[in-house]
Formats: sequence, structure tokens, C-alpha cells
Amino acid sequence: MIELRNVHKSFGAVEVLKGISASVEKSEVVCIIGPSGSGKSTILRCINGLESYDAGDILVEGTRVESKAASIVAIRTQVSMVFQRFNLFPHRTAIENVVEGPIYVKKAPPAEALERGRALLAQVGLSDKANAYPAQLSGGQQQRVAIARALAMQPRAILFDEPTSALDPELVGDVLGVMRKLADDGMTMVVVTHEMGFAREVADRVLFIDGGVIVEQGAAKSLLDQPQHARTQDFLRRVLHPL
Amino acid sequence: MQKFLADASEFFPILLQGVGLTILVTVGSLVLSTILGLVWAMMRVSGIRVLSGVSAGLINLIRGIPIIVLLFYLYFVMPDFGITLTALQAAILGLGIAYSAYQAENFRAGIEAIDKGQIEAAQTIGMGWWLTMRRVVLPQAVRIVLPPYGNIMIMLLKDSSQASTITVAELALQGKLIASSTFKNTSVFTLVALMYLTMSIPLILLVRHLEKRASRR
Repeated sequence: MIELRNVHKSFGAVEVLKGISASVEKSEVVCIIGPSGSGKSTILRCINGLESYDAGDILVEGTRVESKAASIVAIRTQVSMVFQRFNLFPHRTAIENVVEGPIYVKKAPPAEALERGRALLAQVGLSDKANAYPAQLSGGQQQRVAIARALAMQPRAILFDEPTSALDPELVGDVLGVMRKLADDGMTMVVVTHEMGFAREVADRVLFIDGGVIVEQGAAKSLLDQPQHARTQDFLRRVLHPL
Repeated sequence: MQKFLADASEFFPILLQGVGLTILVTVGSLVLSTILGLVWAMMRVSGIRVLSGVSAGLINLIRGIPIIVLLFYLYFVMPDFGITLTALQAAILGLGIAYSAYQAENFRAGIEAIDKGQIEAAQTIGMGWWLTMRRVVLPQAVRIVLPPYGNIMIMLLKDSSQASTITVAELALQGKLIASSTFKNTSVFTLVALMYLTMSIPLILLVRHLEKRASRR
């Protein structure tokens, strides 16, 4: 459903993606791990057309992603994104954030969109916060609203860009719980994360990226438990045993 | 003091006619400068190089010309090109154009203050440029832009007196005419100053209110 073929991307003189090829099947959960600055987030941003890429192809359901083309809108309504810093609209309440896309982009009837929006907020455990503004919510609650906002577009896949990295540790579980439920329901997900426990339990496959290339990829458990490559071993040791 | 009060009651009604024109010039050029300023600001942040270049050039051109010269140009030079404006039209047009540069810079600052993540979030739910502006950027930018906008209103009210140089009989010119025919400079110009102040004070209070409201968030 999502396919990357030999994707290259540079910021100025720095090449951050040096030929990435990967694919994500329907209902698959793929976690991307790797050190900061390795190009993990850039991959997600290229899939969504937030960044353009210099060479190679990214295909979503067979359509080539081009960030400046008109077709990008259709791709974005199929592939939603959840950000590290939530990026909720601060001047709108939780429910307004959720129904913004359905009403103004998909032109859904407001009453219908609101009803669905409330159901989605219930799904992420925030029925009672529908009328709260983002500033009145905790980080974990904001991120769950952001997930509901992404779901409201009825996407075929969701890209998560370090969804728990900006959260206080005790709030991480709520967000991961919502994501796990989504995975169980068959949502296609690409997750850039440092949560190795989540990757091990929820992901089907894990990609380890370093220096702009995929160093190693494979089934989640085998890659995390028996990494083959020295760089993967070194990275996992640092993440799992920082002391 | 007694003398001033006597003069004031005599000149006040005449000056009040000037106040009408002062308000007309101020409001007219405020509306015009707001619309033009929005257009320049939108061009500037459009991401289209030609549009932002033209806008930046225009803003610098307008900023670099004194208001009084702009007014002279519109009122005295344009007739040479076959375009004749009344003094009032020239005043509103001139002040509107002059202030559009400041309005544009204020609007641009407000728009650029919006977190880039907001714009990306809007894009990822499929919003185009215009929808992102209308639903996400502008509603937030308004809060940032309003206090400086109030200051621009106050400056514009005072600068409307420059319309007197092209014969618009607003408050300043009425005052000057009375003063030169009665030689009661002190009374007349004190009264004129007080009348400008009276019109400014509500605006000053409005700005203070807007600043308080903006800082609350």
C-alpha cells in the first residue's frame, strides 16, 4: 500500500536519505527505529508530501507522491499523520479539532461529522473532554485528540512521528494503548518511535535506520532480540541499557 | 481660562465640522489600508517568488515616500496624467496606500508567528493553502495582530491632519483657518489638540484592552 523505491533526499549539502527502499502492506504495523538525525522522520514527511524528495519514487496505493502536485490532497486524506508535538489547533476545542477535516476538506454534513467525532473521542477515552481547548489538556490527552483527528479523515494508513517523545513518562502508556487498539483493528501504521516495548509487541516489522540507509529490517521480535548488524546491536544496547 | 472658554464655545461648532472630515478620512483610509495591507501580506507569504518579490518591492517603495509627498503626487501630479481626484478622494487614497505598508508588515508578522507545525497539521488533513489560511492561520493571527492594529489606528487618526495640505477642510485645517483670521492661536490650537486627544483616548483604551486580552493566552 505504501512503497518507497530508492528514495534520496538532501537538505542543502547534507544527504539525509541515501536510497531508501521499503514497502508497507495493508494492515501492517511497521516501526522505524534509529538514532536521532538518521532520517526517520524525514521518511514519514516524504510519504505525506510535507517534504519533497530528490530521487526515487514513493507510491501510495499506486499513486506517486509529489508534494507540489494537486494529487497530494487526495493522498493526504488517505494517509494521516500524527506529530511529536501534537500540533492541535489551539483556537479550537477537542471536538472542533477532530471535525475540522471532515467538515471543511471532505465536506461532510456537520451533524454527521460531529456524531462521528464524538465517537472517535470516546474511542481514545476522551468523551468528557470534547469541549476542552488543547491548552486545558495534558500532553497525553492532546496526543489522543490528535490521533482522533487523524482517524476522522478515515485514512487507510496513519504515520506516527515519535508520538510519545514529548510526553511525560506516566502519560506514554495511554497513547500507546490507543495505538495498540488501532493496530488490533487492522489499521496500517508506520511508527517512528523509541518505544522498543511497543515495537516488540505491536509491530509486525521493524526497520533500523542509521545514516540515511536501512541498516537492517525484519520481523519485530527477531530484529529486536537478535540484531544481526553491529550498528543495530550497538544502538539497541544504548537504548535498552543507557547506563 | 475664562477667555479660552468663551473662544472655545465660539469656535467649537466650526471645528466640529472639521472633525466630521477627520473621521471620514481616518475611517476611509483605515479600511483601504487594511484591504491593501492584507493583499500585500498574502502575496508576501504566498510562497510564490514573483508575488512576494512584487509585494516586498511595493512595501519598500511606499515606506520610502513621505505621506505628504504621496498626497501632493495624487492631488497635484495625477491630473497631468488625466486622473483628477477630489481633495477628499486623494487624501483617503494617499493615506490608505501609505499605511498599507505598515498594515502589511503587521499582518505578515502575525501570520509568520503561527507555529509551522500548525500549518503542517492542516496540510496533513488535506487542507490547501487558502483553507489553511482561512481556518488555521488567520484566526490565530488576528489575536496577535490586533494590538498593533490599534496603534496604527491612532497614528492614522493623527496623520489624517496631513490631508490639510491638499485642502481637505478637516480639523487641523479648520483650526488653521480660524487662527489665521482671528489671531487667537493659543485658544484655537489648544482646542484642536484637545479634540484630537478626545478622539484618541477611546482608541488608546481599546489598544490597552486588546493587549491585555492577547497576553492572557
